Amino acid sequence: MKVTLFATCLVDMFQGDVGKAVVEVLERLGCTIDFPENQICCGQPAYNSGYVQESKNAMKKMILAFEHAEYVVSPSGSCAYMFKEYPEVFKGDAVWEPKAKALATKTYEFTEFIVDVLKIEDVGAHLEGTATYHSSCHMTRLLGVQEAPMTLLSHVKGLQYIELPGKERCCGFGGTFSVKMGNISGQMVSEKVQNVEETGADILIGADAGCLINIGGRIDRQGKPIKVMHIAEVLNCR
Amino acid sequence: MSMKTSDDPFKNRVSKELTNTFMRGAVSSAQERFQTRRLKQADELGHWEEWRSHGEEIRQHVLANLDYYLYELSENVSKRGGHVFFAQTAQEATAYIQQIANEKQARKIVKSKSMVTEEIHLNAALEQLGCEVIETDLGEYILQVDDHEPPSHIVVPALHKNKEQIRDVFKDKQGYDKTEKPEELALYVREKLRNEYLTADIGITGCNFAIAESGSITLVTNEGNADLVTALPKTQITVMGMERIVPTFEEMEVLVSLLTRSAVGQKLTSYITTLTGIKDEGDTDGPEEFHLVIVDNGRSDILGGEFQPILQCIRCAACVNACPVYRHVGGHTYGSIYSGPVGVVLSPLLGGYEDFKELPYASTLCGACTDACPVKIPLHQLIHKHRQVIVENEGKAPVSEKLLMKAFGFGAASPSLFKMATKMASPVMSPFTKDNKISNGPGPLKAWTADRDFPAPNKENFRDWFKKRPIGGEE
Repeated sequence: MKVTLFATCLVDMFQGDVGKAVVEVLERLGCTIDFPENQICCGQPAYNSGYVQESKNAMKKMILAFEHAEYVVSPSGSCAYMFKEYPEVFKGDAVWEPKAKALATKTYEFTEFIVDVLKIEDVGAHLEGTATYHSSCHMTRLLGVQEAPMTLLSHVKGLQYIELPGKERCCGFGGTFSVKMGNISGQMVSEKVQNVEETGADILIGADAGCLINIGGRIDRQGKPIKVMHIAEVLNCR
Repeated sequence: MSMKTSDDPFKNRVSKELTNTFMRGAVSSAQERFQTRRLKQADELGHWEEWRSHGEEIRQHVLANLDYYLYELSENVSKRGGHVFFAQTAQEATAYIQQIANEKQARKIVKSKSMVTEEIHLNAALEQLGCEVIETDLGEYILQVDDHEPPSHIVVPALHKNKEQIRDVFKDKQGYDKTEKPEELALYVREKLRNEYLTADIGITGCNFAIAESGSITLVTNEGNADLVTALPKTQITVMGMERIVPTFEEMEVLVSLLTRSAVGQKLTSYITTLTGIKDEGDTDGPEEFHLVIVDNGRSDILGGEFQPILQCIRCAACVNACPVYRHVGGHTYGSIYSGPVGVVLSPLLGGYEDFKELPYASTLCGACTDACPVKIPLHQLIHKHRQVIVENEGKAPVSEKLLMKAFGFGAASPSLFKMATKMASPVMSPFTKDNKISNGPGPLKAWTADRDFPAPNKENFRDWFKKRPIGGEE
């Protein structure tokens, strides 16, 4: 099966290892990976800040970059959800609305794709440790992907799962919110890290680079001995 | 006068409230309590999603036919001996109520809890006439005694105070000499208020739902104070936002079921009272004169526009209790009598963008509010819509941000420029990078790195790794 990877700009620029893990896991599951060189940012930072017009150019480029794809897979629930929003953004536009719809329909978040499309629940991963999981807001509430990551994690050999208190509460990332309202965001992520600590887990797993950069940044600042991993990296452990 | 509660700039309010550790502890534990009870009640009731859809449907139907139901309501109130006044503005509403107070030569007025009277600053208007206005909801009473402190929550107005602080308010302002035990505090206030009800000239209430078919008003409380406010004084004035209508008792029952569960996690509150018209012959209590003041104050401007769903609101504060931002900043930070997500959406609409332009950014757009709303208002989408209006129509976004976003529109739209930018990131950030992380970032990163590190850009971008890699990864 050919999978066209929408890596996201955070992964491309800051979390290269996540992208590598996605590629390796999907290849191991029998997929061929295609990475359109013309992909850029999905436009979410500008869009969510209210600059809808400015973000449309980026969105059009993305629609074109992925036009040829059969399945678009992204290791971020938030960025995948942005693709799902495109038809709403181009509503009433005779040229771009149908194209946006086509892209939205074939877009999947990474774990959702493995469980719902590939119909695989055990990817054969093995990782020793105790882990907790932060369920990102956009992926869980807006995209509606809740079960898939849990299903995949439950099959990772050696991994003991502990539920995160307040796991549905936002970590305070919120894109530009994290710099616009830096002090509020800082308090939110501090509470999140406290909750992670309370579990006693030595690994924090998430499925969205934005949230992980935020929570991981706080963990690093405090020098806590907690490893932060994207779910793709966990599933890539053998 | 607007619904503003503070002249302090938004930034200062945030910094001040973030250091208020007591308030933050009180808010986070209250949020958890309310959330847990709400989810439990929703679960016990069963079919919660269907109830929500039904609630949404009722509210949307009323808004789509608001003119019809307002007419029906006012006809039925008149039939039962009441007077109806449509106030287009806050000023018209307060002037009408002032006029009644003058006619009745009222000296003392008792009030039950009402957000719309906060919105129109009714108390100040009546105090101007020399009337003594007494809030009878315990939370509102505490705030009133504490030099008219504004509410920090739309359902639990004194949420930010603990029992010791409440004891001190009564001690300092009224010479209270007992302990901070809730029973003793409640008994003290109860005794004080009993006398006020008996000697008041006018009783003023808000209105949870007005029932069009009968001209009735429904009041939902846990303290029974609204019943005394409406039973004892000779004149009753009820103030309602113009959208707070249901067609019949049947829809009232659905919305009350959603309201009590969503607001405080109760199947029913202690008192749910429906009042119709003036005292009948043979009735032992009730008002001899009844006025229903229906307040527009900007609501008809919202009607028919993209923000119309906010008029579905039944003021349960489930969104406030779910909001992770409210959790840390509390209600006073919003600088509006309406706080939390509903306040973020409503305040700029009713009070103008000038005073509330920062509020739509006080959200991570996490969607917890939308999930919690019992009448399915897409709150996070409306918050996003405000940002768009601020950028596109109001021109209130900072110039530096506009330039940045223009550059984004330009840069992100060009794959070659984007690629160059991603390649430049690592060398550009290298002076700020130590141990593969940035702990004291420049520009916008400064706010981020105050509390956390930021990762250094990849030395080799993912796309370059992928390109160099043999097909299928076989090396």
